[in-house]
Amino acid sequence: MLRTRAILSSRALSRLYATATSPHALVFLEHRQGIIDSASLSAVTAAGQLGGEVTALVVGSSDHVPTVLNTAKKLKGVTSVLHSTSSQYAESLPEVLSPLLEKLLSDSSPYTHVVSATSSSAKSILPRVAARLDVPAVSDVTSLEHDASSSSTTFTRLIYAGNAIATVRSPSSVPIKFFTVRATAFSAAPAVEDVDAEMKAVDPVQVTDPPTEHLKTTITKSDRPDLGVASRIVSGGRALKNADTFASTLYPLADTLGAAVGASRAAVDAGYVDNSLQVGQTGKVVAPELYMAVGISGAIQHLAGMKDSKLIVAINKDPDAPIFQVADVGLVADLFEAVPELVEKLKQ
Amino acid sequence: MRPSAARAVDFAVKIRVNPQQTGIDTNVKHSMNPFDEIAVEEAVRLRERLKTEVKSIQAVTIGSPKSIDTLRTALAMGADSAIHVEIPESDPAPEPLAVAKTLKAIIEKQKEGIDIVILGKQAIDDDLGLTGQMLAGLLNWPQATFASKVEVDVAKREVVVVREIDGGGEEIRCKLPLVITTDLRLNVPRYATLPNIMKAKKKPVTKYSAADLGVDLTPQLETLKVTEPPTRVGGGKVESVDELVAKLKEAGITAV
Repeated sequence: MLRTRAILSSRALSRLYATATSPHALVFLEHRQGIIDSASLSAVTAAGQLGGEVTALVVGSSDHVPTVLNTAKKLKGVTSVLHSTSSQYAESLPEVLSPLLEKLLSDSSPYTHVVSATSSSAKSILPRVAARLDVPAVSDVTSLEHDASSSSTTFTRLIYAGNAIATVRSPSSVPIKFFTVRATAFSAAPAVEDVDAEMKAVDPVQVTDPPTEHLKTTITKSDRPDLGVASRIVSGGRALKNADTFASTLYPLADTLGAAVGASRAAVDAGYVDNSLQVGQTGKVVAPELYMAVGISGAIQHLAGMKDSKLIVAINKDPDAPIFQVADVGLVADLFEAVPELVEKLKQ
Repeated sequence: MRPSAARAVDFAVKIRVNPQQTGIDTNVKHSMNPFDEIAVEEAVRLRERLKTEVKSIQAVTIGSPKSIDTLRTALAMGADSAIHVEIPESDPAPEPLAVAKTLKAIIEKQKEGIDIVILGKQAIDDDLGLTGQMLAGLLNWPQATFASKVEVDVAKREVVVVREIDGGGEEIRCKLPLVITTDLRLNVPRYATLPNIMKAKKKPVTKYSAADLGVDLTPQLETLKVTEPPTRVGGGKVESVDELVAKLKEAGITAV
């Protein structure tokens, strides 16, 4: 432990002498089937707000990396792209990816910040790496400000299920600042034509005999927009009675509006829909243009997941339901009458 | 087996930021962090399934003297013994990295070795969700985060875990020793019965200080302030579906 401390303080010192230079962020880009996750594009924007260079990191198998690189090199704000290809990187296993990241972030590395989205994958990987480098991490930031002269970065993030905002500073004594970003708080970096970032291949760090093996991934198939990025969401609660009723009542409304489908924890626990549709403190945090809460009472933990939506509409039989306190447009009505009527009138 | 439990403001309490904007009003009901309850429950269920293969279940907490309540609950749920790393009431809450280092120090002290560490995926106060992954990193053990199902094969010293990931689920196989973090649907924790609560009073609790374990709990990050988020003002009402459709149209929302 003492040895690690000594290494860190000499790095901190060398950083102080070298700085007030600009920060250099390493952004972990996640991708599936060759397409970069929208949340990672928000991480790129956040990294750019630090005010320095942004290096995107693409890791994966040879099936997908080349396609991803074509987009990555054109992202607004990205100054260079590092990439590493290996069959071992086909799945994002933290135990397999960590050695590569540790190597990239070792003593001679230029990176002052490591950034990613708060996705299930990145939030499994980044803290592991941070701990191995003996530095803290900050999760799910909603804003940031870097002060180059003091080499400190100040973040805001939500605590207590979004009932309070904490302003947290990572000072110069933290040589590499790890943080994940709340995608709804930062716009996705677009691809721009006049950018063609420098690309550099990095040898993979092969892990002999990894302790974890990926067996299978089951993604809930849907023709609907993905809940995490949809601009419209229709969400249902416990009042929808059962899985069939949930589907037959809400799916026509979602289809009419071109919306994704979400659910409260109560609806998920009761088995109406898959876990991955849960919106809330411990589920997905969303901020669409339209969030329609149908038969949802509005518990604090649910609100934590959707109260930043632009327009909140609520339909509920109970006039005292807490959801009406945050809804911009509230209709006190029996949803089983109101929703079909709404679908019909929207189509007119 | 080692579930880690934290004490947090009860999930049903309405949070209030204190006037000094340094934190929240903590003079309210506290309970074991719900995800940690799930962790303790899973340890007890593993024993119910694997019987004598689970040699011991130890619950750990790092916190003020009041955190002993959390340990007593864990003991009443079925843990055999507990470890309390006591920190002064007035000290700031330790950060995830410090908690991970403390847990690592405790694990290294255990002569018989620890095979599984189970933690909640996040604390419902700071919503950070880092400690499990950091502990796994420090120990260089495999990690199975956001577990919704855990199956242990004792003979092969392997665990198959189903994890909740964005958009669905993932199944992985990990070698022991392993760090697991619990997701909401892993199990529904039991209520401790009165006889078990009484029995728990006799179960051993070992106390350590951070100094005993050679860990520095000083926070590295500075919390500058805690504020209330802007209150979303809602309350707009319509009387009919027709009015609703009109409002949606005003906002540019029509059928696709």
